[in-house]
Amino acid sequence: MQTGLTPAPIDWVLLMPLLIVFGTGVVGMCIEMLRPRSNNNAIVATTLLGLAAAAAYLIGTWEYPTIHTFGELFLSDRVAKILQLLIIAITFTTVLYSEGYLRERRLPFGEYYPLLVWSATGAMIMATSTNLLIVFLGLEVLSISLYILAGLSNREQQSQEAALKYFLLGAFASAFLLYGISLLYGATGTTQMEDLRAIWNTPLDKPTVGLLYAGLTLILVGFAFKVALVPFHMWTPDVYQGAPTSVTGFMAAAAKVGAFAALVRFLDYATPMSDAWVPMLSALAILTMTVGNLVALVQKDVKRILAYSSIAHAGYVLVAVVAYGVLSREGSAAQPVSVVYYLIAYSFMTVGAFAVVSLATRGGRERTELNDLNGLWERAPLPAAMMIVFMASLAGIPLTAGFLGKLLIFRDALDAGLVVLAIALAVNSVISAYYYLRIVLATVVQKPALHAPRFANPNAGLVATCLVCGLAIFALFFAAQPVLRELEAPQEVFVHRGP
Amino acid sequence: MEGIPLYAYLLLSALLFAIGTVGVLIKRNPIIIFMCIELMLNAANLSFLAFAKYHSAPLAAGSLEQWQVHMTGQMAVVFVMAVAAAEVAVGLGIIMAIFRLRHDVDIDEMSTMRG
Amino acid sequence: MTLTTFAFLVMAVVLVLSAWGVVVAKSPVRSALSLVVNFFVLAFLYFGMNYDLLGISQILVYTGLIMMLFLFCILLLNLGAPDTLFEPSLIKRSLAWFVGGVLVLAVSSQVIGPMATWSTSTPTAPEGFGQAASVGQSLFTGWVYGFEIASVLLLVGIVGSILVAKRRD
Repeated sequence: MQTGLTPAPIDWVLLMPLLIVFGTGVVGMCIEMLRPRSNNNAIVATTLLGLAAAAAYLIGTWEYPTIHTFGELFLSDRVAKILQLLIIAITFTTVLYSEGYLRERRLPFGEYYPLLVWSATGAMIMATSTNLLIVFLGLEVLSISLYILAGLSNREQQSQEAALKYFLLGAFASAFLLYGISLLYGATGTTQMEDLRAIWNTPLDKPTVGLLYAGLTLILVGFAFKVALVPFHMWTPDVYQGAPTSVTGFMAAAAKVGAFAALVRFLDYATPMSDAWVPMLSALAILTMTVGNLVALVQKDVKRILAYSSIAHAGYVLVAVVAYGVLSREGSAAQPVSVVYYLIAYSFMTVGAFAVVSLATRGGRERTELNDLNGLWERAPLPAAMMIVFMASLAGIPLTAGFLGKLLIFRDALDAGLVVLAIALAVNSVISAYYYLRIVLATVVQKPALHAPRFANPNAGLVATCLVCGLAIFALFFAAQPVLRELEAPQEVFVHRGP
Repeated sequence: MEGIPLYAYLLLSALLFAIGTVGVLIKRNPIIIFMCIELMLNAANLSFLAFAKYHSAPLAAGSLEQWQVHMTGQMAVVFVMAVAAAEVAVGLGIIMAIFRLRHDVDIDEMSTMRG
Repeated sequence: MTLTTFAFLVMAVVLVLSAWGVVVAKSPVRSALSLVVNFFVLAFLYFGMNYDLLGISQILVYTGLIMMLFLFCILLLNLGAPDTLFEPSLIKRSLAWFVGGVLVLAVSSQVIGPMATWSTSTPTAPEGFGQAASVGQSLFTGWVYGFEIASVLLLVGIVGSILVAKRRD
C-alpha cells in the first residue's frame, strides 16, 4: 500500500493558460453579482482581457518544453498549444459580437460570458490530456455549459426544446463513452492512453481482446454523437437552429475542436487496433459527408443549412483523421497536420458565418429563413461582403483557407491510399458549392420582398469579428507556411516526476 | 462477497446498460429518459468497480503499478458521481423550465421542430 | 449453493427487475421508485465488494440526492397521474428491444464469454483498498487534477441551474 501524502508535481507554466481562462469566468461571475443592472460592458471587457491575457501567456511560453505533468494527467505539446490558442480565439471572436446580439435578442444575462468561458475551459481540458477519464470530465464541463447556453432564451419554446434535446442526447452519448472507457480499463487496467498503446502492442490473443474491441466501438459511438457524425447526427439541426445564434457558432466550432482533438489523440494511441477502426470510420466519413451535403441542399433555414454543412465538415475532418491514422501506422506522419489545419480554418469560417447570420434579429425576434437575409447587402455591406468570403471558404474556393485545408486532406487521403474517401471528398465539395451559393445570393443579390427586412444594427464588435475571421481565412492561405511548419515541428515529451 | 466470478458482475452490468439503452429509445417522457441514462451510468460504474476489484492486469503484467490499477476504477466512480450530480441539477432545471413554458413534457410533440 | 452466491443472485435479480420496472412502469413515480430500489441494491453490491466509501456515497448521492431531485421534479410538475399520452408504435418498441437484446448477446458472448475461462473468482485487490483512507489518498495525490475538474463541473452546474431558473422579463 502506498503510504504518505505526496501530491503530484505540477508545472504551473503549462497549466497557466487553462487557469487564466477559468479564472476569467470566475471574475466575470463576481462582476455579475456586483454590477449595475444596466449593462454587461464590464463583464465583456473583463472576459476579452482575460482571454487576451491567456493567449499572450500561451504565445510567450511557446518554446517551453513539452512536459507531462500533474500526475501525467496533463500534457501540453505543440498540437495541444495550437488547439488551445484556437479555442481561445474562437471564444474571443464569439464574445466580441455576443453582446450586441444578446441585447437585440433581449437576453441580457451576464452569466452568459462565464459559462461560455468555462465551456472553452472544458474544450481546452480535452485538448490537453492523454487520460480517458480526464477527457470525459473535460467533455462534461464543455457540454454542461453548452446545454445551459443552448436554452438561454427561456421565453422561447424553440430554444428550450433545443436545450432539452441537446441535453438528453449528450448525456446518452456520455453514457456510451463511459461504458466504453470502463471496458478498456477492464482489458488493460489503465485509462492512460500511453499505457493503453504499450499494452495493445503486445500480441492480442488474450481472452480480454473482446473487451478491447467493444470498448473501442463504444467510445467511437460516444464521440460520433458529440461531433455529429451520420447516423448519430439527428440532434444537430434542431439544436443548431433552436440555440441562440452566437451559442450555435461557438458550439459548432469549439465543441468540434475539443472532441476532434481528443478523438485524434485517442486514435493516435490506438494505432495497434487500426485494422478495426479505419474501416469503421471510413464508412462513417463517407456517410457523413454525403448525407450532410445532400440534406443541406433542400433546407430553407440558414441556421439549418449551416448545421448540415457543419455535419459535412465533420466528415471532411474525419477523412483527415483516418488518413492520419493510416499514415502514422506506416510511420510517415508524426503530427496530424491536415486535421489541425482544417479545424483552424473551419472554426474561423463557422464563427464568422454565424456572426453574420446573427444580424437577422430585431426587437427580440430572430428570423433566419433564407429570404430573411435578402437586403443585408444594403443594410450592412461589410458583413455581407465577409459572408461571401466565409461561404467561399466553406465551399473550398481557391485563395481561401478552406481550399488549402481540403487540398491537404485530399493529398493525405491519396498518400494513405484511401482513394474512395478522396473521391467522396472531392464530389461532396462540388455538391456543397450549390447551397453556399444560395446563401450568398440571398445575402447579396436578391432584393427584399414587400416589407422592409428587419436587421440589427451592425455594431463595432460584430464588424470586428467579421474582419478577424475574414483576415484569418486569407492569412491561413497566403501565410500557410509558418503555420504548417509549426505543426510539423518534431518534439520531445518529458515526464515531470518531481522538483 | 467471495466466490462470485468477475463475469457475473459484468453480465449484470451489461444487462443494466442494455435495459437503460432500450428505455432511452422507447420512452417519451424526458424525465424517464433521463432516469434511464442514470441507469446506464450506474451500469458503467458497476463494471468499473468489478474490474477494479478483480483486476489481475493480465496484459499489463509488470508495466503498471498494481495499486494504481485498483484505484483507477474507484476514481472513475467518484468522478461519475460528480458528473451525475451536475447533470441532474442542470437537466432537471431545463425540464422544469420547458415545462413552465408549456404544460406538457413530451419530446415527440415538439411541434416547432422537424426531425 | 453457498450463502454468498445466494445473496448475489437475489441482488442481481432485484437489480434487473427494478431496472426493468423503470422502463415498463406506466407512471413516472413508479419508475422513480423502481430506480431508488435499483440504486439502493447497487450500493449493497458495492458493500459486498468491500467498497465501503463508494457504497455509502452511492446511497447518499444517488438515492439521497439525485432520486430526491427526480421525485421532487415529478411531483412539482404533477406528473404523478398515469401517462395518458400515446405509446410509441409496436414496431419502434420491438426494434428498441431488439437493439437491447443484440447489445446484451453481443457483449456477453463475444466479450464476457471468453473471460469466463480466464478470470478467476478470487479478487486480486489488496486489503483495505475500498476504504475512505485509500480512496482519499489516491484522489488527493495522483488524481488531484481530476478532482479539480470535478469541482469546476459542479460550479458550472450551480451557476447553470441558477441561470436556468432565472427569469428577467
